[in-house]
Amino acid sequence: MTGALAAFAAFGAAETATAWPVKTVAARAAEALPDNVWLAVLYMALALAGLGALVSGLGMGLIYLERKIAAHFQCRLGPMRVGPHGIFQTVADTFKLLFKEDIVPARADKALHVLAPFLAMTSTVLMLGVIPYSPVLQISDVNIGVLYITAVSGLGVMGILLGGWSSYNKWSLIGAMRGAAQIISYEVSATLALLVVVMFAGTLSLSGIVTSQAEGWWIWRAPVVGGIAFLIYLTASTAEINRTPFDIPEGESELTAGFHTEYSGLRFAFFFLAEFINMFVVAALTVTLFLGGWMPFHVGGANAFNAVMDLVPPGAWFLGKTALVVFVIMWFRWTFPRLRVDQLMRLEWKILLPIGFANLALGALAVLYSLYFFPGA
Amino acid sequence: MTALASGIERREKVNRPAVRVPAERLLEVAARLRDDPALAFDMLVDHAAIDWHAENRFELFYHLFSTAHGHALTLTAFVPRDAPVVPTVSRIWPVAEWQEREAYDLMGILYDEHPDLRRLFLEDDWQGFPLRKDYRDPDMLEFQK
Amino acid sequence: MTVNVKTLNDIIAPPGAAASALATEEYFVNMGPQHPIAHGSLRLVVRLDGETVREVIPVPGFVHRGIEKMAEHLSWRQLIHLTDRTDYLSALMNNWAVARTIEQAAGLATNDRIETVRTIVAELQRLQSHALWWGVLGMDLGAFTPFLYGFREREVISEIFEDTIGARLTMNYIQPGGLMYDIHPDFAQKTKRVLAYLKPKIDEYGTLLSGNVILQERLRNIGVLPAARAIALGCTGPVLRASGVPCDLRKVEPYGVYASAEFDVPVGSKGDCWDRYCVRIEEMRQSIRIVEQLIDHIPEGPHTTVKFGARIKVPEGIHYGQIETARGILGVTIVAGGKADAPYRLHFRSPNFNNLWAVTELARGWRIADIIAIQSTLDLVVPDIDR
Repeated sequence: MTGALAAFAAFGAAETATAWPVKTVAARAAEALPDNVWLAVLYMALALAGLGALVSGLGMGLIYLERKIAAHFQCRLGPMRVGPHGIFQTVADTFKLLFKEDIVPARADKALHVLAPFLAMTSTVLMLGVIPYSPVLQISDVNIGVLYITAVSGLGVMGILLGGWSSYNKWSLIGAMRGAAQIISYEVSATLALLVVVMFAGTLSLSGIVTSQAEGWWIWRAPVVGGIAFLIYLTASTAEINRTPFDIPEGESELTAGFHTEYSGLRFAFFFLAEFINMFVVAALTVTLFLGGWMPFHVGGANAFNAVMDLVPPGAWFLGKTALVVFVIMWFRWTFPRLRVDQLMRLEWKILLPIGFANLALGALAVLYSLYFFPGA
Repeated sequence: MTALASGIERREKVNRPAVRVPAERLLEVAARLRDDPALAFDMLVDHAAIDWHAENRFELFYHLFSTAHGHALTLTAFVPRDAPVVPTVSRIWPVAEWQEREAYDLMGILYDEHPDLRRLFLEDDWQGFPLRKDYRDPDMLEFQK
Repeated sequence: MTVNVKTLNDIIAPPGAAASALATEEYFVNMGPQHPIAHGSLRLVVRLDGETVREVIPVPGFVHRGIEKMAEHLSWRQLIHLTDRTDYLSALMNNWAVARTIEQAAGLATNDRIETVRTIVAELQRLQSHALWWGVLGMDLGAFTPFLYGFREREVISEIFEDTIGARLTMNYIQPGGLMYDIHPDFAQKTKRVLAYLKPKIDEYGTLLSGNVILQERLRNIGVLPAARAIALGCTGPVLRASGVPCDLRKVEPYGVYASAEFDVPVGSKGDCWDRYCVRIEEMRQSIRIVEQLIDHIPEGPHTTVKFGARIKVPEGIHYGQIETARGILGVTIVAGGKADAPYRLHFRSPNFNNLWAVTELARGWRIADIIAIQSTLDLVVPDIDR
């Protein structure tokens, strides 16, 4: 028995010693291109199909999850009728939304009104492309991944702004203005929190950040600053995706439905879907940056323990951690009331931002003096 | 006090202390009722009108309450049906602004110097005052016997 | 003489430039009648400068059914049915207010059993009404979960009512001279079980919502209503008490068996939304206390003193009666004359009608979101405003 365990530990040690075989789909395609163009095309088509499947799967899955979680928070069962435990409820709802009449207000700016939901959706899908789901499952590892994420996520605000502005409705406009102010403000804090991790990891590539956490996740390996950065990022990014307690652009009881008041049918579904996939993206990024991404839970030097952890495939690690963060974000939603618009701004500019800057400075010092756990690894 | 009391008499058949005042002296009496520390009727609990159709007049009633002393008083005033104008007491008890609007809306009492005399429940272009005894709604055919 | 009748269009004339330092323009929006905050269908015309509220003009009347006019064509017993439909969350207390006024006017006596049962069901309903208010407040402030918690507690009390009364919303239970039916044999036992269930739930409200920093931020120092202003604006009930005026008819002029029950009247100090919140939460505890004292001591006796179908005659005159509902003083003015078996004129002094106008003053200068908080803590039931 002991022998087996020792062998196991040795095997694990060997595994950790070698770097994780990171290979993105884009890299495979590039590799195949000189010899076999069709293989490259196949890879790209696979990536596209995968993205499409991911979007629809995530949309359905997360909506179902949200409804079930909300229901159990509220002492009820949630959807139970369509399929076992109502698992096909979202499918039914999707069909309903597809067949609903698409209403565009008479005096709306038609072109922009039609365009807005797609803009919101596009920025979300663009982010899905760079997330490392597992060592071999990442569409493209941009070497400026973090920068790319920050830039693209800023694009989402255009959808909200245009949607609210083009609807010719005062509630929509108020919602859009709130949304723009909120997203732009909180982006600052979110980026500051990201920078802490970038400093520790020494790379902007998302895969690189994941592999840099082989000895421990940045949330605890970067002493204190990692934890603070994690909290700031979680708060700021919850605000960026307009979820409770920061859902003031929608503000159901204040603005009826905020920026998407005048949307119906498929276009509304796009806003709705974008919101849910945004939640997944935020959770995935939180996991990638602070919780080790697909990296199993490792403690530097404890090889036997690490080996046991390695038994779970990296994809499952990623999924599990992401699900946990998604659950926390849903937990927020079904527990907290909503902040007022000026309180929201105060929280960002007077509380989160100063803390973020101080945290960044502290983080810089820690990196400078190698003040983090398992520095040698 | 005696000068104030002229024209003010007890309103019979009310199940609590009640006085009747001439409509033109309403403001003066109301101000005194609120400001006299011994009376201190600081809350206008309710105000509405009764249409005494047979007598061809409206009776306005004001239920007063003093939160300081805990005592209550009902003030009533008669106004003729053909010229139902009374001074507003909304400067004395602000809540009267809306209670009087209700009385205007449903009974057609006109309040002199009212800051915002508008229909309250009914539309602005409603014809007639529904709580009057002689009101006939042109659309309510079952009542047109 | 300057009688000047206006219309809504006169007062929402094209707004001018805003008073703020930024070169902005004021605008009007309609909050309601189709709006989540309308709680039924109340229309608020709001003049805004960006997010800041400059003026709130309530436009009630969307649920106006002419109950006062209808009552003139119904007998003394029949008009009880209409009272359920004003403030439907205090249906029993509305029944009681009218029944009590008719009893006083017609000189009908009741007995201890009737009064005790009336007090118990009224307090249960106050509890139920406040539980629902709490849930709706949570939803108005963006937390959906409390809404269903509030309904959960409402449900168990509704079941008690259903056993005895057969109805859950429009009860029509308290009649002039007694009760419609005697209480269900399990009434006392079931009520005690429900009280034992509810007590920890009210503490749970504290952990879910009251202790939340966001909720406190949203309520503390918002919409401060000083005592003098509350009285002048005719506010009653928890709204007035939150401003520090201990005016509760159950203490000031006790009816039912409140005089023999021991309970406190919670009073606020500042009159902000948070005080109104705390007063209602504490009132729920006090209601439980009252019911607990009475539930084991329901005297024996008949459940009504008036024979079924007996005509009630009310002597000519103006009869005013009032009780404390969950939202404040419900006053009933009955004018009898002419036909003795129907009111010549009936007027309700409804608590919501008088509490509503505080919003015009409280919301000014605050944000859009604060209208929600203020209106929610005023706890308005729109059918009671419009009648």
